Amino acid sequence: MKGFQVAAQVVYVGCGAGFADERPDACIPVVKTLSGLPGPRYLIFETLGERTLALAQLERRRDPALGYTPQMESFLRPILKDCRTAGIRIIANFGAANPMAAGLKVVALAKELGIANPRVAVVQGDDLLTYIDDNVIRSWKIIEGIALGDAELIAANVYLGAGPVVEALRQNVDIVILGRCADSALALGPLLHEFGWARDDWDHLAAGTLAGHLLECSAHVTGGYFADPGFKDVPDLARIGFPIAEVSADGSIVMTKAGNTGGRVSSRTVKEQMLYELHDPAAYLVPDVTLDITEVEVAEVGPDRVLVRGARGKPQPPTLKVTLSAEGGWLGEGEITYAGPNALARAELAADVLRTRLDLVGIQCPTRIDLIGSISSFDSDGGTLRQRNKFPGDGEYRVRLSGKSPDRKMVERVTNELIGLYSTGPAGGGGVRRSVVSRVRTCSALVERELVRVDIKILEE
Amino acid sequence: MSDLSNTVALHEVAHSRAGDKGNRANISLIAYVPEVFDHLCRQITVQRVKEHFAHRGVTEVFRYELPRLGALNFVIDDVLEGGVNGSLNLDGHGKTLSFHLLSMRIEIPRALSDKSKQARSSG
Repeated sequence: MKGFQVAAQVVYVGCGAGFADERPDACIPVVKTLSGLPGPRYLIFETLGERTLALAQLERRRDPALGYTPQMESFLRPILKDCRTAGIRIIANFGAANPMAAGLKVVALAKELGIANPRVAVVQGDDLLTYIDDNVIRSWKIIEGIALGDAELIAANVYLGAGPVVEALRQNVDIVILGRCADSALALGPLLHEFGWARDDWDHLAAGTLAGHLLECSAHVTGGYFADPGFKDVPDLARIGFPIAEVSADGSIVMTKAGNTGGRVSSRTVKEQMLYELHDPAAYLVPDVTLDITEVEVAEVGPDRVLVRGARGKPQPPTLKVTLSAEGGWLGEGEITYAGPNALARAELAADVLRTRLDLVGIQCPTRIDLIGSISSFDSDGGTLRQRNKFPGDGEYRVRLSGKSPDRKMVERVTNELIGLYSTGPAGGGGVRRSVVSRVRTCSALVERELVRVDIKILEE
Repeated sequence: MSDLSNTVALHEVAHSRAGDKGNRANISLIAYVPEVFDHLCRQITVQRVKEHFAHRGVTEVFRYELPRLGALNFVIDDVLEGGVNGSLNLDGHGKTLSFHLLSMRIEIPRALSDKSKQARSSG
């Protein structure tokens, strides 16, 4: 068959990270497993949240050489050489607010590791603020969240699809670095590249998107974020294996995981991840296709092997989604613990004191008081559920006070009142902690595809 | 109610995961055994879920049925008190809310809750 381009029968796509603070050693067994498999193999890293990207934009403003995923090197250093040796190609959104800086860093790292002639593709164009006037961006229709008004835009990044990934892979690169793109496009790209599916072959595009969706949160599909002892038991979470999707040319997927690792891939883990962050299951919108999972079936076909098939596709949405970010003020939090006999009464007294103090010192911003150990995370700001229920008088309760304001000094004053309980509150309070953090507001708008200008640069040594 | 019926927490017969997008949560509800799915459809209604989360200021609940997966998907609007960018809650993402859903009660034949329990332990 020499000289002919033979379409692959099975393509293997592993996931090395599903968020920026992932265990840096988790991708090593994935690379080891992929190295022993035949045919085309890819490793994806998904490290961008909405807030992460906005913070990266602020970092790039402070230092033009930064603004990419700071953990990138800790992910790549242990595996880059092995990937090159085995021919495993990497697709990652490490670029965040600065894909070019990330690309240059990868080339430097490859050189340092003794990799000959590394080729890195850098995909740019998701950062609309670099080529569209921010007043124009502000005029677009908001589809999620509240419009940002006159606030300065920190970020306006459009979700790119799999197209740029395919284009980059055609140029025979080892690594593709992107900024914002649909998470699932990191996997759909290589599948399109290998199988040569038509760009309007909606069912296959849907299958590739589903594979990406199952992979994009790393261990979420291999027993991570899943265990519930006595109900859903998962072996060896400390060594949990990250996922590998074996995708066939017909669009069927076998979800499995890295060998010799902990965790579990079962129908249950696959179903939980399939429905994760999904709204209408008949219309999951990504740039390349509208995915319909209503006819999808899952079946366990071996240990840690689940067959997933039946994804259906409908045409891609006419527009692309862009996330807009602006500064979102400050969140202040303070906590103190009461333990042992009569802890509940002392915690409640502390809460009463705080309420009075916030009033006395004229705190105007919204605040909330929790008694952690009773009901807190399920509750409302007003404490509806806590008031409806009874809790043991003895035990351990942690009083938490939070406040939010555009004014940093205001939230600092809120947290001061909690700290003040050390000398002025009930007996035996301990373990005081305080945090004041800035926030980012985001909303989503739609942009015409024609306005988006994607640029792919190939970096070599 | 037949003698063979009993009322249990959803946690006994289904599992769940929550995700967020702005001030909107989606919470899946997946039966451990296929026979439970019809009971989920009949009893875990939009109205009941709305009431269960009412204290959080929910405005609207959508429910999607996935019979092939034995699952329901709830999309709950304005349940996150502003979401991760605005909430004062310790859990601004509402990640823990899957277990608030699982604390709802369901009336189910004893044979089915027993079967769910068996299925759970077999992985």
